[in-house]
This record gives sequence, structure tokens and C-alpha cells, in this order.
Amino acid sequence: MDMKEVNAAPFIEVKDLEIIYKTDLETVHAVNGISFTLEKGQTLGIVGETGAGKTTTALSLLKLLPPRTGRVVNGTICVEGQNVMEMDDQTLREMRGGKIAMIFQDPMTALNPVMTVGEQIGEAILLHNADITKAQLQARVEEVLQMVGIPATRYSDYPHQFSGGMKQRVIIAMALSCQPAMIIADEPTTALDVTIQAQVLSMMRDLRDRLGTAMIMITHDLGIVAQTCDNVAVMYAGEIIETGTSVDIFCAEKHHPYTVGLFGSIPNLKVKTRRLSPIVGLMPDPTNLPKGCPFAPRCDKCMEICKTEKPGVYKNGTHQIRCHLYANNAEEVV
Amino acid sequence: MEQNMNAPLLEVKNLKKHFQVSKGLLHAVDGVDLTIMAGQTLGVVGESGCGKSTLGRTILRLIEPTSGEMMFEGENYADYSKRKMRDMRKNMQMIFQDPYSSLDPRKCVSDLIAEFMIINKTYKTRAEIYKRVDELMDTVGLAKRLTDAYPHELDGGRRQRIGVARALSLNPKFIVCDEPVSALDVSIQAQILNLLMDLQEEYHLTYMFITHNLSVVKHISNDIMVMYLGKCVERASSDELFANPMHPYTKALLSAIPVPDISMREAKIQTIKGEVTSPINPKPGCRFANRCEFATAACREVEPELTEVQPGHFVACSRLAEIG
Repeated sequence: MDMKEVNAAPFIEVKDLEIIYKTDLETVHAVNGISFTLEKGQTLGIVGETGAGKTTTALSLLKLLPPRTGRVVNGTICVEGQNVMEMDDQTLREMRGGKIAMIFQDPMTALNPVMTVGEQIGEAILLHNADITKAQLQARVEEVLQMVGIPATRYSDYPHQFSGGMKQRVIIAMALSCQPAMIIADEPTTALDVTIQAQVLSMMRDLRDRLGTAMIMITHDLGIVAQTCDNVAVMYAGEIIETGTSVDIFCAEKHHPYTVGLFGSIPNLKVKTRRLSPIVGLMPDPTNLPKGCPFAPRCDKCMEICKTEKPGVYKNGTHQIRCHLYANNAEEVV
Repeated sequence: MEQNMNAPLLEVKNLKKHFQVSKGLLHAVDGVDLTIMAGQTLGVVGESGCGKSTLGRTILRLIEPTSGEMMFEGENYADYSKRKMRDMRKNMQMIFQDPYSSLDPRKCVSDLIAEFMIINKTYKTRAEIYKRVDELMDTVGLAKRLTDAYPHELDGGRRQRIGVARALSLNPKFIVCDEPVSALDVSIQAQILNLLMDLQEEYHLTYMFITHNLSVVKHISNDIMVMYLGKCVERASSDELFANPMHPYTKALLSAIPVPDISMREAKIQTIKGEVTSPINPKPGCRFANRCEFATAACREVEPELTEVQPGHFVACSRLAEIG
């Protein structure tokens, strides 16, 4: 891994990003002031439950938020030093698929049912390479198909002739077709069976290592994060409540109570316990977030201060936790 | 468990369910034997398309079996009339997978829970029924203020609690849980699993727990049955299966679960190649053969029998001795 490569500007830099969905009736605070950076070749895992704002964050990186309702109210998103919010349509089109590609969650609905998979992959390549010849296009499509483990003979099959795992491979092939510098994978394996999930994940890992692609892996499965990511951001109610390298998240002693709860909710295959220790209650309503820490109503370590004041960020090297519990150990920079 | 000496609550012998499709005969469930003791839980694990949901539905006779024997408390109910079966089903209920599509969107929470009791005329008066609804909501942890809410106002976890309350409303002895937590977030999953375990202890319920996720059944099951293409390939007690998996497919399933531990990262995930083959007109021989790294020509011809390798541990693999 080329982690030591020193760049002036990180590949992706998100600062104080705040996104709302506004309708006539209500305002949903989907993302509330998150910041992160991603260097070339690295993998960032964004973990959180439904409604934590993971997908919204990913969509905003490509300026794909629904135009009428979704709004970035604060903050900046820079890709290679360029602000995405200020890009014109032409630049955006070149960036989407060309520089940054996205893999969507549900392979069943992300493909066009009336186009052969070869045509669909070819379409993406053609958009970014207008002067490519027909023969070159065909050859390139066959190359990416083989890269994801689909025989080139299936070029002219339709999506319904593929199984779920194969469809997801087609989508990954499409994302890789223009050799993007980064891939955003939004729950790429949630709709798949475990054995197929293992196949797709190990393929994605191999391709990433071989092609040096940066990746944002959005998932709710801590297991997947442990197996694939260099850095991890845990999201809750639109905030990054804990972030660090995967060693920080999986090995450090101090954690945000929500992260502890997430770990407690997963059945552990090695330890024998009769009961799981889930987090009580539910995610707060994003139209009406608590005043203090968003996790306070569900937190078993909640103090008075948590209900009224937003916690600051407490750092320990690369590890950052947004929680009042660690107020005393603040700025304990190693 | 202390009820180990009890008589079996449910006994199924050589159950088959074949569907006629245009391409031939789809063998969804193909000769499954199982026994569940009262108060215990059987976990049924397998990938999508292996027939585990069909098995659950056939046992409740929501789908009519093609052949086979099904005994509930010693009575063969496979050929009961529709009417008799309806009575019978008060004892056998089901919790469905998707809490978003299994609830009538035009009924409020209390009516949803009351529905089965009204159909079965369990109580004489409305007041009695709704008193029982209140009790049930309390049992499954639904707040009183939600009595008049509609399903769309609730999140997945609460909807699944309604599903649990509905299943409990007729005081059943046996509940088939068909992937009850797979549509839910992890923190909510754990809540529902704990709820199901508490209810089992309190009401002495017997579960058949269908899931594709081995780690989910570990805690809740006494016995686990692994299915592949309509057949049981391995069956053992939960502890034994996790400690000593024998069938190559079970091993593959176990190793495919991503572990939340970075020290395991370097250990390359053992993936099995290929995908589940079609259950339509299956070829003779072991159904897992074309994905199995140990398969020989003999595996493709002779179907392995489910044999007891150790007391209580059944495996259907003809090369078990060589694989070790």
C-alpha cells in the first residue's frame, strides 16, 4: 500500500459537511457537520445503521443528491483540491464514472433490464472515451468482464439471465471500466448470500490491491469493515462519532458507547453467551434531533452534560471520539 | 436443557415438496427428516433457494407437501382436512421475514394483533380481545401509545414486534420464524433475538428458526440443520456444529462470515466457487459436488446418505473419512 505517499491535497477532503432534506412539511437533518479525508489507494469504511446518513454522504461526493429536496447547507467537498459544489455539469460528468465510480446497494434494480450487460458496460466506457473504435470497445468490455470473473461469452446476455452475485459483478465491472481513482461501494454485498458475499468481497479486495483504487466502503457490517478497510468512520444520526484506523477501532481500549453497542449486538462465534447485549431504543428522529449528544437517549453512560451540550472531539493519535466520557483525557496526543 | 427427555413436539419424515415448472420438476424440499423436542429450537440454515422457507411453510401446510409424514404431538396431520388443519394451526404459527410487506397497511396496530383472535373467535367479546391485545403489546415491548398507529408510521423493529405479537396471540406451542431479523439493523436484530429467547423461556415455546446467517442461530438454537438444495447436509447440536463442522458446505458457510477482528484479515477468506445450481430436475449424486473441492467422480453419481458420525451429529458426505 502506498500510504506514505505525500500529497499536497488529499484525494478527497470533506469539511464540516451538513446536508438537509427539505420538504414542505419538515426538514430532515441527514448529515450534521462531518469531516474526513481519503488519500489515494486507501479504503475508508463508513459504518452505521439505517438512517445514519451514510448513503447521503456518498451521494453528495458525486453531487447526486435529489435536486429539489437534498441540500448541502454548509461545508465543502473537495476532490483533488476542486470543490465539487462549484463544478459545472461538464466537469461533473467527467468525474462521475471517470474519476469516481459508484457501486449501488441493490444489484437487482441497478441494471437496465432491456440492454445486454455488454452494451451497458460499453455505454459507460463510450461516455468517457468518445473516440474509441468499436473493436477496441468490445475488447475493453470483455477485459473488464473477465476481470470480475464473468466469461466474455456472456457479453450479450441480459441482466435477468444472471444471478444476484453475478449481477453485482457486472455492476463492479461497470464501475471499474473507466479505471476510476476511487470507487464508492454503497453496501455492495447486503443483498447477497454469505458465500457469494465472500466471493465478491475477496474479488473487490484483489482488484483494489492490483489497481491501486481508493475505496469508500459503506456498510452496517463491522465484519466487512474489519476485513477490508484501512480507516473507519462510525456514523450515528448524521455525525461521525468515532473515527480512526482499523487498529484504533478494533483494538483500542476506549470507544464511543455506540461503537461498543454495535460490537455487542453482533453474535460472536467464539464466545459462548446465551444473550446478546443490544443497544436499547431506536435511532432519534432526524427531523427532531436531541439537543446534546444524539446518542444520549440510548446511552447507558449518559450524564447530565450529554443531554444539553454537544460533545467535543477527543483525540488520541489517529483515533478520535466524540463523547463527553473522555473529556478529561482530551488532547492526549501521542 | 431440562426438557431433553420430553417427547418430540414435531416429527417430520421424508418430507418432499416438488413444484411443477415449465422446465421440469423443481425439487424444493427433497426428503427431509427432522425432530424438534418441546421447548427447544431448531435452526435451519442455508443460502437463498435451498428450500428452507418452503420447508417451513410446508410444515405449517401453508403449502401442501408432495409426500412425507408430519407428526405434531404424535398425530399425523399431513392429511387433515382444511377445516381440521385450521384448528390445528392455532398451535403452530409463523413469524414472517419482511415486516414491511407482511402487515396490512390499512389496519392499525391493535387491529393487526387482534386479527387472528377475531378470525378464530377466541374470545366472546371485543373488550376481551382488546384486553388481550394490550397484554400482548406489553409482552413484546410495544408502547401503549402505538395502539392506533399504522404500520407505515413504525420502524422495522417495531413492525417485527407486531409480527411476534400476532404469532403469539393464539397461544401457540410451535412457531416457525422465517428470517425474522434479516431485514433489521444489527442493534435491533439483537433486541428481537433477545425478545424471542425470553418468550421461549416464559411460554415454553418451540421454535423452528430459519435463517441464512449462521451467526444468528448460534445463540438461539439447540440444534442446527444445514440445508443445501432441498436436502439436509449436516445436523448437530449448536455447540457441536460450531466446534466441529464436518460437511465441506458447512465449513464454507462458517468461514464466509466476515469476522469483526482485524487479526483475521490476513487469513484469506475461504470461498467456495460458483453458485447454487438449479433445483429443477437435479442431477443424481451429491448436490454440492460441483462446488466442492473434494468432489470425485463417485460423488457425482452416488447420493450420500445422512449418517450419524458421532452421537447426535449427522453428515451427508461420502468422502468424510478422507477429508477428516
